[in-house]
Amino acid sequence: MSKPDAAFAAQRFGLGPKPGDLARIGNDPRGWLLSQITPESPRPAALGSLPPVTARIAALAAFRQAQRQNKQNNTADASNDAGTKPAKGEKPADGAGGELRQMYIDDIAARCVAAIASDTPLVERLVQFWSNHFTVSAQRPVVAPLALTFETEAIRPHIFGRFEDMLLASTRHPAMLLYLDNALSVGPMSRVGAQRDKGLNENFARELMELHTLGVDGGYTQNDVREVAKVLTGWTIAGLGAARQHPAGFGQAAFNKRAANKWAGAVDGDNASGFRFLPVAHEPGDKTVLGKTYREAGVQEGEELLRDLARSPATAHHIATKFARHFIADEPPAAVIAALAKTYLDSGGDLGRLTRQLIAGDAAWQDTAPKIRTPNDWVIATFRALQLQGDDIGKRCLMALRQLGQVPFQAPSPAGWSDQNADWLSPEALMTHIDLARLLARRAAQATDPRPLVSSVLGASISAETAFQINNAPSRADALALLLVSPEFMRR
Amino acid sequence: MLGRRDLLMAGLGGGVALAGLTGPLGLSAAFADVPGDKRFVFIVLRGAMDGLNVVVPYGDAAYRNLRRELAMAAPGETGGVSNLDGFFGLHPKLTQLGAWYQEKALLPIQAVATAYRDRSHFDGQDLLETGGTTPHAIDSGWLNRSLAALGGQPRLGLAVSDQVPLVIRGKVEVASWAPSNVPEADSSFIGLVQAMYRQQPQFETTLTAAISATQMADQATAMNDDGSDMAGVKSDNTGNMVDRKARLSQAKPGQAKPGGAQLQMFTAAGKMLADPAGPRIAVLEVGGWDTHTGQGTIEGRLGHNLELFDAALSGLRQGLGEAWSKTVILAATEFGRTAAPNGTGGTDHGTASAAFMMGGAVSGGRVLADWPGLAAGKLYQDRDLAPTLDLRAVTKGVLRDHLGIAEAQLDEQVFPASRQAKPVTGLLRA
Repeated sequence: MSKPDAAFAAQRFGLGPKPGDLARIGNDPRGWLLSQITPESPRPAALGSLPPVTARIAALAAFRQAQRQNKQNNTADASNDAGTKPAKGEKPADGAGGELRQMYIDDIAARCVAAIASDTPLVERLVQFWSNHFTVSAQRPVVAPLALTFETEAIRPHIFGRFEDMLLASTRHPAMLLYLDNALSVGPMSRVGAQRDKGLNENFARELMELHTLGVDGGYTQNDVREVAKVLTGWTIAGLGAARQHPAGFGQAAFNKRAANKWAGAVDGDNASGFRFLPVAHEPGDKTVLGKTYREAGVQEGEELLRDLARSPATAHHIATKFARHFIADEPPAAVIAALAKTYLDSGGDLGRLTRQLIAGDAAWQDTAPKIRTPNDWVIATFRALQLQGDDIGKRCLMALRQLGQVPFQAPSPAGWSDQNADWLSPEALMTHIDLARLLARRAAQATDPRPLVSSVLGASISAETAFQINNAPSRADALALLLVSPEFMRR
Repeated sequence: MLGRRDLLMAGLGGGVALAGLTGPLGLSAAFADVPGDKRFVFIVLRGAMDGLNVVVPYGDAAYRNLRRELAMAAPGETGGVSNLDGFFGLHPKLTQLGAWYQEKALLPIQAVATAYRDRSHFDGQDLLETGGTTPHAIDSGWLNRSLAALGGQPRLGLAVSDQVPLVIRGKVEVASWAPSNVPEADSSFIGLVQAMYRQQPQFETTLTAAISATQMADQATAMNDDGSDMAGVKSDNTGNMVDRKARLSQAKPGQAKPGGAQLQMFTAAGKMLADPAGPRIAVLEVGGWDTHTGQGTIEGRLGHNLELFDAALSGLRQGLGEAWSKTVILAATEFGRTAAPNGTGGTDHGTASAAFMMGGAVSGGRVLADWPGLAAGKLYQDRDLAPTLDLRAVTKGVLRDHLGIAEAQLDEQVFPASRQAKPVTGLLRA
C-alpha cells in the first residue's frame, strides 16, 4: 500500500465503515485514529445504564439463595409426596436464574449496539482485544452476569493507560476471581486453611503468568506457580453480607459461622469494585517468585508481584507479540515486535504509546498478509455497513454470533479467542457466513442500494471479480450478500 | 431448486450421471487408500481429563488416602466403580463404555502421556495435536499427515466442528461440518460466490470443501437411523436438499455443546462415516475436563461430563451402524491432573492420564497400562501420576495396524523423530 487509505484504516484498526465514514476519515486516516486516543476512553451510551458488578453479585447471591430454598423445598416435597418432585436434572423454574440469564443477554445486546454505533471504533477494537487477552468466559456459568462489567470496569478505563493498572484491575475483578478460581484459593497454613482443611488452587496463578503476563516461555517453574498462588490467597470477592451467600459456593463448604463473622473485619479496598482481601485466608510467611522474595505483607504482596510481572521483559515481549499479531499479521515481523517491546519497557507499559507507535509505523499499513475477520468483527462490520436498525438489533446480532460460534464472553478457554487466520476460515465457517449474509442481506435489501455501498464500505481498491459479481448480481439482496462474503469484506 | 450437491457434481464436470458410478464426491477412488474400508475417529478431550477418577486404580493401596474426598469407591461399595480387571475400575457414569468393555470393544489405557512434560493446556494440546516434541514447532496435525501418508485424497478427513482442529489441519484438504439453523443459501447463489472467489485460492478451496461437507451431512442425515438404507441414500443424490434446520433444530454451534447438541454431532459424525461415499477419518472435540473446583466423585463436574461423553459415544456407535465393526475410536487428553486434590475440591494440572480405544475393530476387554503406582516416591515430581506409556506409541500402533501406514512414515512424517516410541502391537482384533 503506497499511501494510508481510509477504507484500509477503517477495516484494520476499526470495525469496518458505516456509510459516510470513509468521507469523514478523508485523506488523513492516521489523524482519525490518533484523535481517538484520549486519556479517559469514555463508556459508550449503550453501556451507560447497565448495573455495576456489585448489583450483579447481589443478584447471584439471591439466585444461590433461591436454589438452596428450592432444594430444601424439594426435599420436603419428596418426603410428603414423591410424585411432585421434579425429575432429576430438571432445572427449577426459577425467577432469579431467569433474571441472570436475561442480564447476560441484555449485556451482549448492549455490547453489540455500542460497537455498531461507535464513532471511535479504534477504542472498541482495543477494548475487545484486551478483554480477550484477559479472558473471562461464561462457559463457567457464574461468570455470565459479570463478564460485561469486567470489560467496562477492569479493561476499558485502561486501554490507553498502563498495563499494570489493567492487570491489577483484572486480577481484582470478581469475574476473574471466579472464572479462574482464585476466590476459592486458601492458604493451607492460614486460619481458614488450618480450620477447614482447605488449600491452594493454582489455576489463576498459572494463567496469570502463562497468558496474562510472561508467556508460556517466560521462565517460571511449577514451584513459582505454587508460590504465586500463595501470594494471591485471600484475594476474593466482597459484597455478600455473609459467607453463606458467597456465589462461589464458598460459604457453606468453606466457613463456619464464626469464620463468616470475621469477614466484617476484612480489609475491603473498595466497596464498589466487589474485591475483598480476606486476611484469614491469606497464606502467612514470605514467598519466593522467580528468585525474588516477597516479605509477608498481606494484600501488598500481590500488588507488588503483579507490578513486577507487568514490568518483566518477558511480559513486554509477550504483549508486543500479541498486539502485533492482532493488528499486523499472523506472523508479524520480529523487528516490529522488538520495537514495540522496547517502547513498552521504556514507557512503563504505557498502552497509549504502544497504540500510537503501531499507528505511526508502516508495518500495520501493509496489506500483503491480511487478517481474516473473526465472526465478531464480521458481524459488527456487517451491521455497520447495512445500517440495520430497530429495537431488536442486539438480539439479531447475538443470533448471528451464535451461528458463527463466537458468542461474546463464551471463549472456549482462558486463552481467549484465537487470533490466527486458520482458526476462522474453515469450510463450515465459510458456509455459515454465506447463509447468514443471504439472510441479513434479504432483510436489508428493500432499504439499501448496493451500488453506492460498494465504494462507501469497501473503498476504491476492490478486485475485478468482486466488482463484476456485485454489479451483475440478479437482485439487490444477492448483490448485498456478495459484498458481505467478498474476500475484501471477509478480511480486515 | 437445485441443491448444493448438484452444484458440486456439476462443478466436477461429470454431472448427475457420474454420481451413480463413483459416489457424489468421486471418493470411491479413495477406498483403496484406506485398506479394508476402515474408519478411524480421534476425539480431543480438551482441558486435561482426570484419568485417575475415570479409569480408577482402586487396587492401588495408596489411591484412597491420596485422593481423600475425591476417592472413588471400590466395586461393590455404595457408588463404587465398575470392576474392569480386579485392579482398575470404570467411573460408574460410563455405563455404555462398561458394556463395551464386556464385549471387548473398549480398551482403557492408563498412565499415558504425550511428549509434553509441563502443565500449560495450550502447549499440551499443541503437542497432542501436532504429535511433535516442542510446542508450536509444527503447524500441521499428525492426522493430516496421516492422510498425506494415505495418498492425500481430499476430504477423506472430516472435522465435526465449527473450526478445523489442529490435529487434522495441514496440507491435505479436509472437510468440516457442524449443525446450523440458518436457512441455507441456494445453489445458484453459491455459484455466484464461487465465481467471485475464482482468483482467490484460499477462499475457493475452502468453499469447495464446504460444499462437499454439506453434501455428506445431507446424505448422512437422510439415512435411516440404523444406517442401513444405503441404497436409499444413493437414489437421493439427485433429490432436494434436506433442510438443516429441520434435521438439527436443537443444535447451536459455538455454545458449549452440552448434552443434546453434543449427542447430535456425534451421531451425525457416525452416519457420515458410515456412508460408503463419505469420509473415513473424523475428529471430534469434547471440553469441560478442567476440574479445578467442584470435581466431585460420581456427581459433580467430572461425573456430569462423563455422563454426556458416554451418551455421545453411544450416539456415535448408533450412527456408525454396521461400520462399527471396522472402526477404531481413540480419545485422548493433553495431560492428567494432580494425584491429590487441591485445596478447593478439585485437581490442578498434572502429567499422565487415561485414554480410550473403542470400536468393533479394537482388541479390548483389558486395561493397557504399565502401572507406575501411586505410593510415595512413585509420583512424577512428587505430585502427578507418572507417565509410563507414550501416547504416540499407541497412536502409531493404530495407524500402522488399522490404517496400514508404514512404520517408517510414522517414525518420520506423522510423528517426527519418534522412532523410540515403537508402535504398540496387538491393539486390534485379529
